[in-house]
Amino acid sequence: MQRQACLIEVVCSGHPQLRYAGTAVKTLFLSLFEWFGELGIFVWRMGRAGVTPPYEGRELIRQMDEVGSKSLPLVALAGAAIGVVLSLHTRDSLLRFGAEALLPVLIVMSIVKESGPIITALVVSGRVGAGIGAELGSMKVTEQIDAMEASAVDPLKFLVVTRVLACVLVLPLLTLAADFSGFAMGWVATTLADPISFRFYLEEGTKTLAYRDFLPATFRTMVFGFIIGLVGCFQGMRTSGGTEGVGKSATSAVVLASLFVILADVLLVRLILVFFG
Amino acid sequence: MVTVAERMPTMKSPADGETKAAVQIRDLRKAFGTQTVLAGINLDLAYGKTLTIMGQSGTGKSVLLKLIIGLQKPDSGAIQIGDSEITQLSVSELNKVRMKIGFLFQYAALYDSLTVEENVSFPLRRHTEMSKSERHDRVHSLLSRVGMQEASRKMPAEISGGMKKRVGLARALAMDPELMLMDEPTAGLDPIKAGEINSLIRELQQERHMTAIVVTHEMQTVKAVSDSIAMLHEGHILTQGSFEQLRKSQDPFMSAFMREAC
Repeated sequence: MQRQACLIEVVCSGHPQLRYAGTAVKTLFLSLFEWFGELGIFVWRMGRAGVTPPYEGRELIRQMDEVGSKSLPLVALAGAAIGVVLSLHTRDSLLRFGAEALLPVLIVMSIVKESGPIITALVVSGRVGAGIGAELGSMKVTEQIDAMEASAVDPLKFLVVTRVLACVLVLPLLTLAADFSGFAMGWVATTLADPISFRFYLEEGTKTLAYRDFLPATFRTMVFGFIIGLVGCFQGMRTSGGTEGVGKSATSAVVLASLFVILADVLLVRLILVFFG
Repeated sequence: MVTVAERMPTMKSPADGETKAAVQIRDLRKAFGTQTVLAGINLDLAYGKTLTIMGQSGTGKSVLLKLIIGLQKPDSGAIQIGDSEITQLSVSELNKVRMKIGFLFQYAALYDSLTVEENVSFPLRRHTEMSKSERHDRVHSLLSRVGMQEASRKMPAEISGGMKKRVGLARALAMDPELMLMDEPTAGLDPIKAGEINSLIRELQQERHMTAIVVTHEMQTVKAVSDSIAMLHEGHILTQGSFEQLRKSQDPFMSAFMREAC
């Protein structure tokens, strides 16, 4: 990295505008490496705190309720919307090829394999990621985290491990809710255009669906949960600068968590295709 | 009911005739970037005594308290609490020392998501094996002592700043600490409530021979609770002594500060 920085300096020397751009790039590189370095240390410390007793079971359950039941209506609604949109779009395309009989299977496959997991992760990253970032950020600037540490309670164990674990455990369950809601509303949209029974729709939709389609796709949301919880907690715990800092932490938690979820999705889909495809 | 003190390992008291300090700070230095906040602090505090630290805003008084409890790491120097050199301790060893220290934060730092009662019982729930009823009794006795029993079910957002401070004090006292660190304990309170808190601190000193370090600007508190007073100025302890000694100080800064404060 130092070589890259030196190279930028050599290339840019003698040109004020280039030098300015070079300095900006160098600063960006350094802050990026610093961020990832701090994140690595944070993950290591969190992992160590997570495996050391005593365990915070009570707080974990509270966080699962916070992440799970309070996100459920939003996730179900998002799933329903995706079901309707998929039905409308896919029906239109399939009609052109006279293949509308494939509509149920396309809706189900599309929701199970991609739309359900990614929509759930993005909705949760918006609601929970921002919530965690703002809550921990606010606790940081009002010295509540210091107070916890002064009470001989490890904030990483009590605040971070519980939230990250709650996100990991709850995301697959929320994905199931989004999937089901998508199937149901997909059927409503389909049957409004061309009436079919829900039973027939489900049978048609799931007859080619195998466990290798359903399980890896659903359980990959545990990785998304880990990303959302981790980024929210990390951004929250490094908050500085009062209420303005809290706002920045909440925003950056959502933006970064959503970005990393999408990037992780690319990687995970590729891995799933390699191992289960 | 079994008291918290009986459940906790006690901070080692000095042997008979020994005059070892409860808190001993040597050449403590701390800087943030290029700004030096503490430039070689030396302090001794005897068991059962109360030291008040005064100084202008931004001179590092709160930083000093945070260094003492290990919330921040010093750049160099030594902090001895009882027999423990806290700058050298691992996190788990440091936590054992922290269980014997109560910390009242400047803005109380109550946990927003917990009720007043849950805030006070938080350390008891985590570090003692008290039954629910024992915990309830202890929490309510502490809350009534600071005049906050009526607000036990309220959330921190529903009470005033002064009330938060009193709940913070109850929480700091929950584990029956042997050393209390108080950051502006009476700031933001009306004179009557401030007087009550000062009396409470005085009572605790007499009943429990509690050792305390108090950071404050309030002269009423300084006079009421201090056995000795240290003036922090430009990163150093400018002078240390009784209230009268400081009031009669010939140092220009000291005399100007006391004149304005009184």
